[in-house]
Amino acid sequence: MPGALLDYTVNGLIVGNIYMLLAVGLALIFGVSHLINFAHGSVYAVGAFIGWSAIHYLSTPLPATMLLVMVGCAVIGLAIERLGLRPLQNAPRIAPLLATIGISLVLDQLLQLVFGADPRSLPSQLPNWRIHLGGGTIGALDLLIFGIGVASAALLFGFLRFTKLGWAVRATALDRDAAKQVGVNVDAVNQLVFAIASALGGLSGLLVGMYYNTIDAGMGFQATLKGVVALLIGGMGNVPGAVVGSLLLGLIESYGIALFGTTYRNLFAFALLLIFLVFRPNGLFSNNRRPPPEPLTGTFVPPTSPVALPAWALAALAVAALALPLVIRNAYALQVLTNAWLYGILAVGLTLISGTVGLISLGHAGLLAIGGYASALLALDLGLPVAASVPLAGLVAALLGTALAFPAFRLRGHYVSIATLGMGEVVALVILNWESLTRGPLGVSGIPPLEIAGQPIYSPQGQYWLALIVMLLLAALQSRLLSSHLGRTWRAIREDDVAARSYGISLNRYKALAFGFGAFLAGVAGALTAHVYSYINFETFDSTLSILALTMVILGGMGNVIGAVFAAIALIALPEIFRGAADYRMLIYGVVLLLLIRFRPQGLMGTV
Amino acid sequence: MSALSPNDTEAKPVASPLAAAPAKAAALIEANGLTRRFGGLTAVDAVDLAAAEGEFVSVIGPNGAGKTTLFNLITGLDRPDAGRVLYAAEDITAMPPKALAARRMARTFQHGRVFANLSVIDNVLIGAHARLSAARPRLGALAELALAAWRPAALRREEEALRREATDILRIFGERLLPRLDHPAHSLSYANRRRVEIARALALSPRLLLLDEPTAGMNPTETREMLEIIRDLKGRGLTILLIEHKLDMVMELSDRIIVMDNGRVIAQGKPAEVRHDPQVIEAYLGRAHRSAETEATAGGKRAGAAP
Amino acid sequence: MTALLELAGVNTAYGAVQVHFDLSLQVGEGQIVCLLGGNASGKSTTMKVVLGLLRPRSGSVTFDGASLAGLATPQIIRRGIGSVPESRRLFATMTVRENVLMGAYARSDRAEVAQDYQRMQDLFPRIAERASQQAGTLSGGEQQMVAMARALMGRPRLICMDEPTMGLSPIAVDQVLSLIETINRQGVTVFMVEQNATLALQIAHFGYVLQTGRIVLKGEGRDLLHNTEVQDAYLGGER
Repeated sequence: MPGALLDYTVNGLIVGNIYMLLAVGLALIFGVSHLINFAHGSVYAVGAFIGWSAIHYLSTPLPATMLLVMVGCAVIGLAIERLGLRPLQNAPRIAPLLATIGISLVLDQLLQLVFGADPRSLPSQLPNWRIHLGGGTIGALDLLIFGIGVASAALLFGFLRFTKLGWAVRATALDRDAAKQVGVNVDAVNQLVFAIASALGGLSGLLVGMYYNTIDAGMGFQATLKGVVALLIGGMGNVPGAVVGSLLLGLIESYGIALFGTTYRNLFAFALLLIFLVFRPNGLFSNNRRPPPEPLTGTFVPPTSPVALPAWALAALAVAALALPLVIRNAYALQVLTNAWLYGILAVGLTLISGTVGLISLGHAGLLAIGGYASALLALDLGLPVAASVPLAGLVAALLGTALAFPAFRLRGHYVSIATLGMGEVVALVILNWESLTRGPLGVSGIPPLEIAGQPIYSPQGQYWLALIVMLLLAALQSRLLSSHLGRTWRAIREDDVAARSYGISLNRYKALAFGFGAFLAGVAGALTAHVYSYINFETFDSTLSILALTMVILGGMGNVIGAVFAAIALIALPEIFRGAADYRMLIYGVVLLLLIRFRPQGLMGTV
Repeated sequence: MSALSPNDTEAKPVASPLAAAPAKAAALIEANGLTRRFGGLTAVDAVDLAAAEGEFVSVIGPNGAGKTTLFNLITGLDRPDAGRVLYAAEDITAMPPKALAARRMARTFQHGRVFANLSVIDNVLIGAHARLSAARPRLGALAELALAAWRPAALRREEEALRREATDILRIFGERLLPRLDHPAHSLSYANRRRVEIARALALSPRLLLLDEPTAGMNPTETREMLEIIRDLKGRGLTILLIEHKLDMVMELSDRIIVMDNGRVIAQGKPAEVRHDPQVIEAYLGRAHRSAETEATAGGKRAGAAP
Repeated sequence: MTALLELAGVNTAYGAVQVHFDLSLQVGEGQIVCLLGGNASGKSTTMKVVLGLLRPRSGSVTFDGASLAGLATPQIIRRGIGSVPESRRLFATMTVRENVLMGAYARSDRAEVAQDYQRMQDLFPRIAERASQQAGTLSGGEQQMVAMARALMGRPRLICMDEPTMGLSPIAVDQVLSLIETINRQGVTVFMVEQNATLALQIAHFGYVLQTGRIVLKGEGRDLLHNTEVQDAYLGGER
């Protein structure tokens, strides 16, 4: 069926063009500042909404809309660079990475607050004709996107090749110090690159909105993933490579849809991601088979001494926590605190992975989801007692999570973040679409409650105690591990993996151990959540939870178990005091994250 | 069980059958034709090197001569484009650093790479990682996790023994590090951090020790102290490869010296031979410039005498 | 002879490690001045201080009478200082032509830049030959030429060269040194950090010898060339 093939090819190229606008921006930014801008997708979403607003409120013609979008997003890009990233110039590389994550959360939440979470349509604004070509059809929008893609690529190419500023950009990307020494203002180059990249990203969002006739406040997260995959395929920082990678991604997605249907669209991006991480981490165009030397490990914080609580104080706090339900009867308050303990489990596990070992995981919500669904289904479908299904669910999360993240362990720093980002997305995708297993969008209801020795626990007090005791046990276990040879081994990997390797430490093994243990905790947290709520669906473990968990880790002090628990209480329980601000809660979390990274990277209790 | 005697019966690699007479030991470490190119630049050019068991060999040469790259090739941090490395008659060329750690090869780094947020004692204990046996069972990673949680007696004994050993090692440095056992390494002075790095290397119970500029940045007193310590290590029978720029120290300690320049070995031999080798002096101080404007210097060397 | 560049009482450190101790030196206008020393003597750090890549803890750096304190590197370049960094540091995937022209980045006089480029091609024939080749594929000596041309394109009054002969073949070394003398004759002051003392002193008007962060010797180039203490400063005390 050549006509259909042409249609799919055209579709793939068009979508590829859209990805390309995203990916070249990412490539430019990476080339100049060695940073993966995880906020790029948010700028893309903002672009879509600026476009929508322009069309809706100002009725601007399409060229004016595009201009508004590009200018608006360029300004946002400049702000991100100047306010969010420039102050972190001399901080270790993890800091800007985390900052872009925080910025993405803030931007997404602002969009949601202003425009609401529901999708809205973005009609195409173009005449409705289609050209018939070799059995398939091409529409006006297709041509427009294609034209814009080609024009942008050509303009960018011309800019980099023939203009003085373009040369300055290339020189800065190649050798920042040498560029300074010929008089290039590298800070201005950074700004320029962010502006260009953001303008293109925003434009991409507008075009996507028009192409699918829908936009929503959460569209950014996946866009970042697609852009990063395209970037990886083409070779990080390689602008022409990003073009090829994007087109390739678009085509593979399109053919994949032809073969498997639309529901698994985003799976192809993740599959490509895994393949490249395993076989070609340097991208298609590099002959270098060795892992790329991007140093993103190393301590995030300037060395500090952690706050050490004496044992009796800890014991007293634990006793107080246990005794609390005897004093506080308010069911809602107990539920909030129960929630805090569950988050505590999540944060404790994540602080091992991201704090102690330094692997910044961006997909922990996916591990929660695996745990929740696994336990719910084991209990419902297989009839296992909850006391068994919860730990089993933890194991499932540990095994699956580690397997998915494993290809990234031998690579440095941000590759793990990319892999876990993909992992989170894939889990959400599978949950939504594997209906025979997960009930799809309907979710799983009637999940049996928590139990001890066969006795179901319904009361808020009972749930509180169970959650608290599990948290205390797991935290104690982790502390015990950290005080053994494992603790120093894990931290050595974070501090200097070259020296660690030279003394016989197998990076893969210990990273996998840490990730597995942390994932087990996440799985248990998710499982307990499922049994407490008795109903879960794909929205219960939203991707923003991943960022919230990271915020807790940083707030508590990276690697600091006690800090993680305190941070969980702080971020879950304290906001309850300001009940009216419920809608703004995630936004506040994002701002907290940014402030922490900037002003108190060691968090409340210090890095361990 | 002293950590510092290389003659432990444990973990002894298969020795060459010719090693019966230690005085004529076969080379413990041998590099043949090692070459490493970075783009157009040949950083290490067909370098041959050998050190017998117990020998002290220094590698010297001007900046950019390829010395640290050579160390990286020997210790598995980098792969040569040509040539091979033999260690106790085994071809280790393609082996990763952790395999070499298991074979009791330890190294320190040019700018010092201690684990900043780990305490002094933890830094040293990491050095012994390759020797952990009770804590690192063959059964695999999960067993290791379980053991770390459960802490059976054998594990605790091993850990305590290692701690005692680590403290003994730190005692070599007198009172400089012992009072600071639990201090994080980032709080130490620069010289102390370099000492911790050496202690860490010793905790591996090495047979071969590679030291990359161990006294860089130290003042004369600290340098002299370190020299004595290294001399002491030599006395215990360790085989040592040293990169250093303080040439009087090199002359004092070395059995043999290898001089590199521009990636190649330009001279080697006993300290006295090398010190007065005109090629060596030229490599460090420079050749005459063959320019028409230059006044002929009395006894000046012709530029044609290039290595 | 007025000092075009002057360092006075400069103390620098990397974290806890002090590198310079009250360093003072002068580069007279029109001269070739070299700073010599063995490894770990602090030579390259001196260059970083002059170019603004490292802030000294105390002391002053003045160029043409004006202080360079607090200026960013691009601003220092625009004051009239050119830089030929250690190991060249060309923009590897940019062409030779692009590299050389980048040296004129801070200039706005297009016609003159074109003329200067022509002059570079005359001075360094290889540049014309290899104009469209990627700079990273050139040999060490050729790269050094391109790096010098790049620095010269900024029409600097002072050129700072960090170990210009490192890693070069003897023939390339000869060419580089001849070129340094040529540009000096054309009026460019040269401040050169070198490990290769004999070579440097044969073309330098004045030299300083640095040892562990302190100037231990200084004098006219010719005098230092015959001074046996220089050898001692490099190779260690005893004979």
